[in-house]
Amino acid sequence: MDYQYIIDQLPYSEPFLFVDEVLSVSEEHISGTYIFKKDLFFYEGHFKDNPVTPGVILTECMAQIGLVCFGIYLLKDDISSEKINFALSSTEIDFLLPVFPEEKVKVVSEKIYYRFNKLKCKVKMLNAKDETIAKGTISGMIVNRD
Amino acid sequence: MTSEEIYTKLEPIIKTYLPEDVSANEINRKSDLTRELNINSAHLVDIILDIEDLFNIEFKNEDMEQLRNVNDAILLIQQKTS
Repeated sequence: MDYQYIIDQLPYSEPFLFVDEVLSVSEEHISGTYIFKKDLFFYEGHFKDNPVTPGVILTECMAQIGLVCFGIYLLKDDISSEKINFALSSTEIDFLLPVFPEEKVKVVSEKIYYRFNKLKCKVKMLNAKDETIAKGTISGMIVNRD
Repeated sequence: MTSEEIYTKLEPIIKTYLPEDVSANEINRKSDLTRELNINSAHLVDIILDIEDLFNIEFKNEDMEQLRNVNDAILLIQQKTS
């Protein structure tokens, strides 16, 4: 599957798209990257005069790459992905390092299971030095867009 | 396994995934898992996976369509363990 196809299928757009590229994907794992550009909307308020990427945005980036991109790949043979959507059902993430503007992160996700439309993954975010920024588990449901 | 034995094993699994505002007393054989016990679809999958582990069986997508209440679950488990 063409990696760009996966990104084109994503149901997000600016300013809430947190995927730049998919590096590799298989039935068991996915990895991808994103650069947090300095003009992103949330840096103005988080924090005052001290821009740091919010944990919820890191979680979102991990979910967009580790769960939604992955889900699009896993669904490839099923129904048309234009008719489906993703609902986050649970996250449990530990945050270990801060992410500053202009940092490039890599997200690596390993499938724990994909059963009955529920995808649960072990997801990790790494910085340019390959240090772990955040890690945990994320799960979501693939739902029909009616 | 009798349906009574299955129910005894099933009840604690369901209890684990009940929303906080639903009392465990509301679990009975006729309880609709999603509509009455208010278990969301993600937790319904968790319940199925726990049942699979506990009874050493495997559910298929078609089985999910038949699964509405606790009795349905008991019947499916009986079919698969017999």
